[in-house]
Amino acid sequence: MNDQLVAKIKANPNYQELVEKRSSIAVKLAIFVLVLFYAFILTIAFEPSLLGIRTGDGVMTIAFPIAAAIIIISFLTTLVYVKKANGEFEELIEKVREDVKDEL
Amino acid sequence: MFRVLALLSIFAVALFAAGDATFEASKSELNIAAIIMFFIFVGGTLGITYWAAKKTKSASDFYTAGGGISGFQNGMAIAGDYMSAASFLGISGLVYLSGYDGLIYAVGFLVGWPVILFLLAEKLRNLGKFTFTDIAAYRLGQKEIRTLAAFGSLAVVTLYLIAQMVGSGKLIQVLFGLEYEYAVLLVGVMMIIYVTFGGMLATTWVQIIKAILLLSGVSFMGFMVLSHFGFSFEALATKAVETHEKGQAIMEPGGFISDPISAISLGLALMLGTAGLPHVLMRFFTVGNAKEARKSVVYATGFIGYFYLVIAVIGLGAIVFLNSPEGQAYFVDGKLFGGNNMAAIHLSHIVGGNIFLGFISAVAFATILAVVAGLTLAGASAISHDLYASVINPNATEEQEIRVSKIAVIIIGIIGVVLGIAFEQQNIAFMVGLAFAIAASANFPILFLSIYWRKLTTRGAFLGGIVGLATAVILVVVGPIVWVDILGNKEALFPYKHPALFSVTAAFVAIWFFSVTDKSQRAKDEEKAFEAQNIRAETGFGAAGAVDH
Repeated sequence: MNDQLVAKIKANPNYQELVEKRSSIAVKLAIFVLVLFYAFILTIAFEPSLLGIRTGDGVMTIAFPIAAAIIIISFLTTLVYVKKANGEFEELIEKVREDVKDEL
Repeated sequence: MFRVLALLSIFAVALFAAGDATFEASKSELNIAAIIMFFIFVGGTLGITYWAAKKTKSASDFYTAGGGISGFQNGMAIAGDYMSAASFLGISGLVYLSGYDGLIYAVGFLVGWPVILFLLAEKLRNLGKFTFTDIAAYRLGQKEIRTLAAFGSLAVVTLYLIAQMVGSGKLIQVLFGLEYEYAVLLVGVMMIIYVTFGGMLATTWVQIIKAILLLSGVSFMGFMVLSHFGFSFEALATKAVETHEKGQAIMEPGGFISDPISAISLGLALMLGTAGLPHVLMRFFTVGNAKEARKSVVYATGFIGYFYLVIAVIGLGAIVFLNSPEGQAYFVDGKLFGGNNMAAIHLSHIVGGNIFLGFISAVAFATILAVVAGLTLAGASAISHDLYASVINPNATEEQEIRVSKIAVIIIGIIGVVLGIAFEQQNIAFMVGLAFAIAASANFPILFLSIYWRKLTTRGAFLGGIVGLATAVILVVVGPIVWVDILGNKEALFPYKHPALFSVTAAFVAIWFFSVTDKSQRAKDEEKAFEAQNIRAETGFGAAGAVDH
């Protein structure tokens, strides 16, 4: 890729929209998952007994549903991202490709 | 090739015949079903290898199955690489032993996935060709970066391989009564055949089939366990608390993650280590484009997540059933036969009888073989693609490169067998932990910064990578496990078992420092090359596709 093409793609509004939207959602989702996971890890590190709080009269503690929730949320965030990336972002990439296809 | 197969089967039959006697001596019933299942699986996978061998011609076929794997298939294969024996036997064994603590590992292993997807997966696919080192070397000095990253890969692969070899040896020893040394040798020979003949195509398909079998197997086991408790997880947990000697304590974290620093450090290693495992990263190059790469992560996360949820049920089920009167048959001298890692295997016998035990045993064995094959291929690519074809002999033809790969596979196989026998008494979890720590400290920072930081220079990546690798290794050596448990010293020089918090930080700081102080012309050129790299990472323009090679 030569300097001219690099400059041209960088100036392309579709490309700018792609980079902006993608990094925005990727960073937000990544931070969300990281905060969730480290809240979990820090609880284990400093107050493990918090996770031992029982959900009812039985032996069940909140630790199990929390672990399950983190696993399920992790999956759902990947689903959200991929729906967006494979739809909207791929379309933007196609538009950029259309604009520069003679020089690629 | 047929001659090799014939020899191998004779060899295997002879070994089993030899093994039966000792097995009968140690345990009364002979696991005929397991042996039959085992041979069906071995026969089937060798058939796949034969088919794959005919289709594998170019270097791309060998390393990446020609890039023709679909997102769903690749997701299955990634899940397969992930649901290794350490996950299946290790985590269920951990839950059996101490309850909730085992699940912390499961959560940590899984949470790495979304982060890989958001920050790395598609960019890896767009920038790389065969190995993750391709990305780091994209705009930096080929020689330095490839050499360093190849050694990082080999370090991770070797440690992981030893852990799997030891695990497989123990598993086969318990299941078939085969001598440990022969068991390890058998795994080594099978793996060399899969990889040298079938390359990534065979490795991927063996992995996919194993993932399907494993998911069906654990689903059945989870179903059977829950069916005893009216499908109430609460009822299962109540019974587990009643029977476990630690009682209610198994329902919350405790035990082996004792201090805050260790917990944080372990969490970091689990998550970032995932993003630095060469055999997993390599899978992003087997799909045609970034779109399929993303899909594969969704499928993989779904399968792995489901698997870990079922593992929680299986672990608690093992507590209940193995501590019951009928479970006493699985104990020898007060210890679980074959060790705590065998909890899931024994449980399969209780809930599903001999045939199901045979099925789960064969699947567990297949799991080890498939993961070992993937690891070996990743190690061989580091040698042939990163060291040989890019550093030692840049004019190498594709045939030469493939030949070097195959020789590397055989050498890695032999090393795996030798070290697997030498490290028989070694703690598997420790080896895996070390592999993750090195992956997180040496591979991840370079990979991450090469994609996101325009000011990264060759000098920074090279020196920082060495600092990360060295810090991880040194802290483990002077830490409690090696310094005290293995070398027999009184007190550890470094008090924590998990070095990642310190070694990852050291790597990032060193990479930053050596990059920003680099005022050379090369550093300026590398910064300038970032824009073009970034456009390709974002859009995939000019990326290696399934069609162009």
